[in-house]
Amino acid sequence: MTSVVELESVNVHYAKNWALRDVTASFPAGAVGLLGPNGAGKSTLIKSVLGLLAPDRGQMRVLGLDVRRSPLQIRSRIGYMPESDAHFPQMNAVSFVAYCGELSGLPRADAMQRAHEVLYYVGLGEARYRTIDQYSTGMKQRIKLAQALVHDPDLLFLDEPTNGMDPKGRDEMLELIRDIAHNKGLNLILSSHLLPDVEFACDHVIVMDKGAIATAGPIAGLKGPGGRVFELRIKGDSDRFIGVLRSAGLECHATDEDVMRVFVPDDRGAPFLFQLASQEQVQVRHLRASVPTLEDVFAKAVGEES
Amino acid sequence: MPIHDQGYRRYQGQRVPVGRAWWTMARMHLITAFKRRWFLVLVFAGFARFLGYAAFYIVGPVFIPQMSNFAELTPQIFRNFLNGQSFFVFLVTIVLGGLIADDRRANALQLYLSKPLTRVEYILGKAAPLLILILGLTLVPALCLILLQIVFSGSITFLVNNLFLLPAITLASITRALVSTFMILALSSLSKSRRFVAIMYAGIIFFTLAMQQVLRGITGSRAWAAIAPTNMMDVFTDWVFRVRGPQPVPVYVAILVIVGLIVLSAWILERRVRPVEVVS
Repeated sequence: MTSVVELESVNVHYAKNWALRDVTASFPAGAVGLLGPNGAGKSTLIKSVLGLLAPDRGQMRVLGLDVRRSPLQIRSRIGYMPESDAHFPQMNAVSFVAYCGELSGLPRADAMQRAHEVLYYVGLGEARYRTIDQYSTGMKQRIKLAQALVHDPDLLFLDEPTNGMDPKGRDEMLELIRDIAHNKGLNLILSSHLLPDVEFACDHVIVMDKGAIATAGPIAGLKGPGGRVFELRIKGDSDRFIGVLRSAGLECHATDEDVMRVFVPDDRGAPFLFQLASQEQVQVRHLRASVPTLEDVFAKAVGEES
Repeated sequence: MPIHDQGYRRYQGQRVPVGRAWWTMARMHLITAFKRRWFLVLVFAGFARFLGYAAFYIVGPVFIPQMSNFAELTPQIFRNFLNGQSFFVFLVTIVLGGLIADDRRANALQLYLSKPLTRVEYILGKAAPLLILILGLTLVPALCLILLQIVFSGSITFLVNNLFLLPAITLASITRALVSTFMILALSSLSKSRRFVAIMYAGIIFFTLAMQQVLRGITGSRAWAAIAPTNMMDVFTDWVFRVRGPQPVPVYVAILVIVGLIVLSAWILERRVRPVEVVS
């Protein structure tokens, strides 16, 4: 199977707002990042695929099964880690995860055994008998991952899994996600607005913006070969110079106050930038060939205003 | 070695077919409820009443024949028994009233409904523990009373003479359980606080009783009894037990109110039990 999720002309709207507009996409097996700014429609897309939201129009297939016809069969083979805090009240972690395993179709004894294993795996082994109400935000993220993993799904949906985590916890969570996708053989779809998270854990990316697919493909392919992106800082009117660069056929976007990233689509390279600067009498303060990042892909796909 | 290398392995065992998750839910809720000692005491107290009835009306007259003069077992005794159990039914309903409200507070609905179970199964999983406990406090002990009567009298004459008791007990108990369960679950789906649900439920029960008294006082009509669900349950129970009750409301009105309450509750549940709440 080459695609784990296939969408065809999917439309979802809330009241007067279109959350998904004619979305057609194919999520390949492996680790796929679903990237986009807040409000791009990522969570709506995941909820539609899970069958939690009924789309107004369109076809969706998950693991080869039609979402409308076989929602329960699909849900028994997937794991879902929601964005917001979610747990069953008055339960300790191991009971909670075992209960989730049972709900997903594991026999009772197996669910309990796997709950212990998965809690160790996500790093909550020592805290597994504490009630979830006592957990920190980072621990709650881990327990959500554990409940999504306990029944050994074929496909994992992770909705903003690093939300609210401290840097160390975030790194550990990303390591876990990467390990799940690359060493444990699970397919996963990681929805995030954080580019480094997706770049670290995933091989493919689908970028969403304003309810539509902006771009999609393997991350390495989308970033293109190195050496064509330059970090540039100038002394002078940045906005005017960005306009000059764009009129010269270069893609350019500002990253912070005075640094811009310039895409040179051919082999003209740095001399061409110096030449343009000289023509415009702009002083180049800093020019460095840079490795293209997912940020560049994202900026190209959704534009700087996002 | 990183901690994540210690654990995860693919599952090789046999999975349970989909469609049984509701029972997993129901079992978990029952286990959780019975972990509280005071809840055990409450259920035992409800059952103790059965023991009292059995001792007084069935076992006592066998060993002390003089008792049969004032402790004769009649169909009215079964009616009274079910009426008395209403208090325990009310308490159990109140205690388990937060089943959906707790899930709403903890944002657990989307978690449940992302598992292989439908909304109907979810509601069934919440309703089953209530139904089991309520029927365990009404139907089961009432049927046990009949069984004990047969065992201790050594004949089935009483049952044969009052054969209508079996459907009457079953119908009255199931109707009572359904109304209580649907009402409390509907209220539970409207709130995130189990306390508020309990207050709302108690409010509906007691406020409607008080209101019908007030309206009856003002208008002089006894038909106002129809606004209190408790009265309608009594009218229906009196009818199935073939006894004349104090309420002047016709039984078809009682049936209409009962069906209306269940339909209204089901409609509320259909609207409120959703994995994604869309605010328009």
